[in-house]
Amino acid sequence: MKNKGLKKVDIIFDCASCEPLEVIKKALSMKPDEIIDQIISSGLKGRGGAGFPTGLKWKLAKEEDNDIKYVICNADEGEPGTFKDREILDVVPSKVLVGMAICAYAIGAKEGFIYLRNEYNFLLKDLLPLIEKFNQNIQNLGLDFTIKMFSGSGAYICGEESALFESMEGKRGEPRNKPPYPTKAGYNGKPTIINNVETLVYCSMIIRIGVEPFKKLGTTDSRGSKVFSVSGDTAKAGIYELELGIGVDEFVKEFGNGDTKAVQVGGASGHCVPRKDFKNKIIGFEGIPTGGSMMVFNSSRSMYNVLKDYLEFFEEESCGQCTPCRVGTQQLLKGIKAVKHGEKPSSYLNQLLKLAETMKITSKCGLGQSVHNSFSSIVKNFREEIIY
Amino acid sequence: MTINLCFQIVVVNSITINKYICERINNKNFIMVQSENLIRNLVEKHGNSRNSLLPILQGIVADENYLSESSMVEVAKALDISSAEVYGTASFYSFLYTKPMGKNIIRVCKTISCKMAGKQELVTAIEKLLKIKMGETTRNMQFSLIETNCLGWCHKGPVMLINDEIYTEVSPEKAVKILCEIDPQHLTNS
Repeated sequence: MKNKGLKKVDIIFDCASCEPLEVIKKALSMKPDEIIDQIISSGLKGRGGAGFPTGLKWKLAKEEDNDIKYVICNADEGEPGTFKDREILDVVPSKVLVGMAICAYAIGAKEGFIYLRNEYNFLLKDLLPLIEKFNQNIQNLGLDFTIKMFSGSGAYICGEESALFESMEGKRGEPRNKPPYPTKAGYNGKPTIINNVETLVYCSMIIRIGVEPFKKLGTTDSRGSKVFSVSGDTAKAGIYELELGIGVDEFVKEFGNGDTKAVQVGGASGHCVPRKDFKNKIIGFEGIPTGGSMMVFNSSRSMYNVLKDYLEFFEEESCGQCTPCRVGTQQLLKGIKAVKHGEKPSSYLNQLLKLAETMKITSKCGLGQSVHNSFSSIVKNFREEIIY
Repeated sequence: MTINLCFQIVVVNSITINKYICERINNKNFIMVQSENLIRNLVEKHGNSRNSLLPILQGIVADENYLSESSMVEVAKALDISSAEVYGTASFYSFLYTKPMGKNIIRVCKTISCKMAGKQELVTAIEKLLKIKMGETTRNMQFSLIETNCLGWCHKGPVMLINDEIYTEVSPEKAVKILCEIDPQHLTNS
C-alpha cells in the first residue's frame, strides 16, 4: 500500500456543472444498462461509510421484476463529526436530485424520498420549493418520477438502511434481519435503492463528466474522491473534498496543529489512529474506511473522555432490540468507568475487549458491530490514559 | 350572627370553586376539541395508513409541543392501530415527546467536538439565565433545555438548536442574548 499524498479535488461543489436538466437529458439519451455499466466501471463505492459498490446495487435492483420500486436518499447523517451531507444539501441540492432521477431511470422507479434528519429541518424551506420545481421539470422531460421529503424524528439508528425503512413505515426504527437486502425487499417490501447523499452526487457527476476523470482519482480499491468533515483540534475545521487513498500522516500535516496525538477516522463507529501509526495508515477502503468524519485530537485531550463520550453515545442510540448491543454498550461504559475509578483492576480491560469482540460478531446491525472499532483502537493504543 | 357569616363564607367559597371547576372542564373540553380537529386535519393531509404515523405525530408535536395520552389514543383510532403501537413508536424517537415541553426547546449538542469547543460553559450560562437544570422546563413553559447527540456542525461548535433554528459558535454571552431576544418579556440581559 502506497499512499497518494494529499490532493484537493473540486467535483461535488463545482458550480460550473450545476445545470441539472442537461445532465438528466444526457442520462435519458443513454440506455439504463449503459448508465449502470458506467457506474460499475467507475468503481464508485457508497460514501455513507459501509462502501458497498453503487453500480452493483443498482444492477441488483434493476434485475428485480417488480412494478413498484423506490429510490431513497439517506440524509439521516448522524455520525458524530460528520456534516458533509448537510453542506451538500445546502449548497448543491439539485445535484442530489439529479442523482436520484438518474437512479430512478436506471432501475425503473417512479417514486423517491429524501429521508432528512429532523435536526436539518431548517433546510426544508429551500428544499421543498426546489423539489416541487424539479419534479415538474423532469415530468416535462418525460421521466415519470416524483421526489418527496420525509423527516426523521431524531434517532441515529435510522441511518441504518432497514431501520430507515421501518421508520418510514411508521414503526420504531429497529433494523431488520438481512437478507433480504433492500434491493430485493426494502421500503414497503419493494425493491429499493438507498444511497447516501454524497454517493448520489457522484453518480450524477460521473454521468456528466464521464468515468475517466473520476477513475483517475484514488486507488484501485478506493476510486475517486470523497468529502471529509474535519473538526477537533485544527485551525482548518470544515469541509474538504480530497482524493481517496491519502495517508493519515499527509492529512495530519495539512490539518493538524503540530501537536496531534490521534485522529479519529469515521466518527464514533470508526477507528482511532494514534501518532505512531500515522505513517502506515491509509484513508480508503483498503485501509480505514470512513463516512467522512475526521476528528483531530491534540496532546491536551484525554482519550478516556473521548472514549467515554463515544460509549455514552452508543448506549443512548442503541435501539435495544438485540442483547449484545443493548447490554454490551452499557457494560463497556460501566467497565471503563470502574477501571478509571479503581473499582476494577486494569486487567478488566482485557475482558472488555473480548466483550467488544463478541458484540462485533453477534450484534444484529452495524451499530453494535462497529462499537468494537473505536473501543479497541482507543483501549489498545491509549491503555494508560484509560487506567490512570 | 357568627353562624350567618360562616354560612355566607361557605356559600361564596363554593360558588368560586364551582366556577373554577367549570372553567377547568370547559377549558379541557376546548383543548380536546382543538386537538381532535388538528388530528383530523393531519390525517386528511397525510392519509390514514401506518406509513403516515410519523408525519402525523410530528404535526401534533409541532402544534402542541408534545403528544398527550388523549392525542395518541385519537391517532390510534384514526389509523386503526392499537394505542400501544402509537406510544411504542413515539417513545422511540427523541424528537417526539410524550411529556409536556416548553414552547421553545433548546437542544445543546453534547458530542465530543462541541464539548472540546466549550459546550459546558454554554450550558451553565443557559441554566443560570433560565433558572433550570439540564432536562428541565421553565415554570412558564417557555423553554425546555435538553442535551442531544451530534447536530452536524462540529466545525462551528458549540452549537444549539432552538426548535428548528440552528445557532453556531455560541459563546455563553451570545446564548444569553439569543434567549433574551426570543422571550424579552420574562428574560432580561442583566
